[in-house]
Amino acid sequence: MRRIYLDNSATTPVLPEVLEAMRPYFGEQFGNASSIHHHGQEARGAVERARESVAALLGCRASEVVFTSGGTEADNLAIFGIVGEGDHVITSKVEHHAVLNACKQLESDGCDVTFLPVDQQGVVDPEEVRRALRPNTKLITVMMANNETGVLQPVEEIGRIAAEADVYFHTDAVQAAGKVPVGVMQIGCDLMSISGHKIHAPQGIGALYVRKGTELRPMMYGGRHERSRRAGTENVPGIVGLGKAAELAKRQLEQGTDGKMAAMRDRLERALLNLESTGVNGGGAPRVASTSSVHFDSIEGEALVIALDLKGLAVSTGAACSSGAIEPSHVLLAMGMGADRARGSVRFSFGKQNTDEDVDYAIGLVPETVARLRELSPVWQDGRQSPVVRREQKSLRVGTRK
Amino acid sequence: MQLENSRTIAVAMSGGVDSSTVAAMLRAEGNNVIGLTMQLWNQRRLAGREGMPEQVQGRCCSLDDVYDARRVAETIGIPYYVVNHEERFEREVVRPFVEEYLSGRTPIPCSLCNNHLKFDQLLLVARQIGADTLATGHYARVEFDAARERWLLKRPVDTAKDQTYFLFGLTQEQLSRTIFPLGGMTKPEVRELARAQGLAIAEKPDSQEICFVPGGDYKRFLDAYLAEQGESLPDTSGELVTTDGRVIGEHDGIHNFTVGQRKGLGVATGSPLYVIQIKGDAGQVVVGGSDELYSKTLRARRVNLISVADVETPMRVSVKIRHRHEPAPAMLEKAGDDEVLVTFDEAQRAVTPGQAAVIYAGDVVVGGGWIG
Repeated sequence: MRRIYLDNSATTPVLPEVLEAMRPYFGEQFGNASSIHHHGQEARGAVERARESVAALLGCRASEVVFTSGGTEADNLAIFGIVGEGDHVITSKVEHHAVLNACKQLESDGCDVTFLPVDQQGVVDPEEVRRALRPNTKLITVMMANNETGVLQPVEEIGRIAAEADVYFHTDAVQAAGKVPVGVMQIGCDLMSISGHKIHAPQGIGALYVRKGTELRPMMYGGRHERSRRAGTENVPGIVGLGKAAELAKRQLEQGTDGKMAAMRDRLERALLNLESTGVNGGGAPRVASTSSVHFDSIEGEALVIALDLKGLAVSTGAACSSGAIEPSHVLLAMGMGADRARGSVRFSFGKQNTDEDVDYAIGLVPETVARLRELSPVWQDGRQSPVVRREQKSLRVGTRK
Repeated sequence: MQLENSRTIAVAMSGGVDSSTVAAMLRAEGNNVIGLTMQLWNQRRLAGREGMPEQVQGRCCSLDDVYDARRVAETIGIPYYVVNHEERFEREVVRPFVEEYLSGRTPIPCSLCNNHLKFDQLLLVARQIGADTLATGHYARVEFDAARERWLLKRPVDTAKDQTYFLFGLTQEQLSRTIFPLGGMTKPEVRELARAQGLAIAEKPDSQEICFVPGGDYKRFLDAYLAEQGESLPDTSGELVTTDGRVIGEHDGIHNFTVGQRKGLGVATGSPLYVIQIKGDAGQVVVGGSDELYSKTLRARRVNLISVADVETPMRVSVKIRHRHEPAPAMLEKAGDDEVLVTFDEAQRAVTPGQAAVIYAGDVVVGGGWIG
């Protein structure tokens, strides 16, 4: 069976160049980057070259890059490394669980946390950030691009507000890196998380940008790795992979090749919007080119994902980390969407390996599958018997079209 | 391997021996098999609450069971998915279970689950994802009777494992899309087949208890569930009365009793007393001697008929009034729109409101209803 992968927001395949760059560090160049001898020096060199590549993507100094096991660890390190007893934190309701649940933990540890609302497109109002500031606010953490909808937050404005208030600003750029410029100076953040496997490096590697002078408490105690900010022997092959992927991502951004991804995404959305009672979640907001969250009213997103997988198309209902969860997406609910519509939403996300043929396959498959699901959906059949409901559905569709 | 004329069959997989073997059998026959597990209840929800075990040891929907089902799917090489129906399960099964007990009845959640979840929602998902048939590991048989033009539900070959009692609510439409591949096998044969197929769960013990009630202690479950919901257990305490109306004591809540129960009455009298009836409205628990437990007739409501379209004239049948009950000979007659009257040849012990009366003609299920 032909297999098309449109779930690149969950994870991406390692690019051949990335795998090639990593290969020696599994075998002949196996050293521990902290060792004194030749083997250690080889590994150290590779780690520091990778650090420079990551720094180049983020527009920071190499010494400001801390390698972690991934995005979740980077987020946790940023939050628990900065916030202490009695501090106040500002975040949003649409954060990835790595930030959201870390903030909830802070709350149960006795810290104050403000979870900012978003508008119907999923965007945080920077003025709300300003209004939420308190004398004891220590950290603002607002993501750059949402993992479910791809919607971009006004991080530069938030960065300015944070700077004026002299409050640390962390942004989870896991879904933004490699898709839009993520210069930390431009954004004005003090901390930024990225993840390797979202940009065609392997799973199990990530990085946290920590602005020079930021006092960060480590979360793990051990050796003095990563300038005592993250103990543990470096994952040399992973770090090399992340470095290579960062280098490729930067080159592509400079060449502006993500226009191709936007074109694929737009073509898919145009085709899907021809269906009744269908809309793009957050379609009216600025978004990264890779992600499209689409609601198909009167169906269960879960069933659609399974039906499509059985025909070889891999998509998801939302964050892979939430699969099997009972609650509809917290992101879509925060956007003011009803639970039923949120449950009828599916995320399509593109990667560098996707082609126009992949989009053709999806365009050929999704509408007929949605039609079959609706044919068997009691809710849809009831709706069709009532002209009023049909009219309402139509107006909704126009309303959500971007 | 995919055969030309192979069918696409969804298998409801619980992670147990029976449904795993069904998946393996159907796969070996060359069908396109899709494994589905329904996530119905989060066993961690009530864990550690007052009176509930700290450790999650529930049999159903635990991570272990999903893990087992997933491993089986991997072993036999079929796609496998978990579908979440927790919200509906709570609404259609757990909530009614709680309310039945609080109104003095003894519910059967498994039948509700079959009617509202397995053969409704799961069958719908199966059809939506392209399967025309749903297979489960129930011990029962389905056949089409061409003469009557009806789908029949029949008792299985292994009568000790008969699960037709929980399946009486299936409609013709549901039966037409359902297969029970274990209906012709005995449990030892099923285990043997599971071993032969190399399934890791071949020796897994059978589940007995209600899946969402750990250890089978429903009273603790009621307490913990209501506490979680922020509701307090309503005061259903009241009088303990004899069948001739004498008040002989107090009881601490009707949900603590079930018809036919002897122990735990907390009354010292000469001869043993049994719960004869629970009067929910009056809050009374009626007790009497063992001879008073027997009833000659029962009325079943919300009846679903399977082998016949209607009960026009009285029928000779046998009727089963609880899971562990040998169907007893009786006459069946219509008593209302979806109501029947059962008159037993010999009075039956502890006819219990909330349980089902399932009607058989030989090994064919005529239908069934809820004891009112």
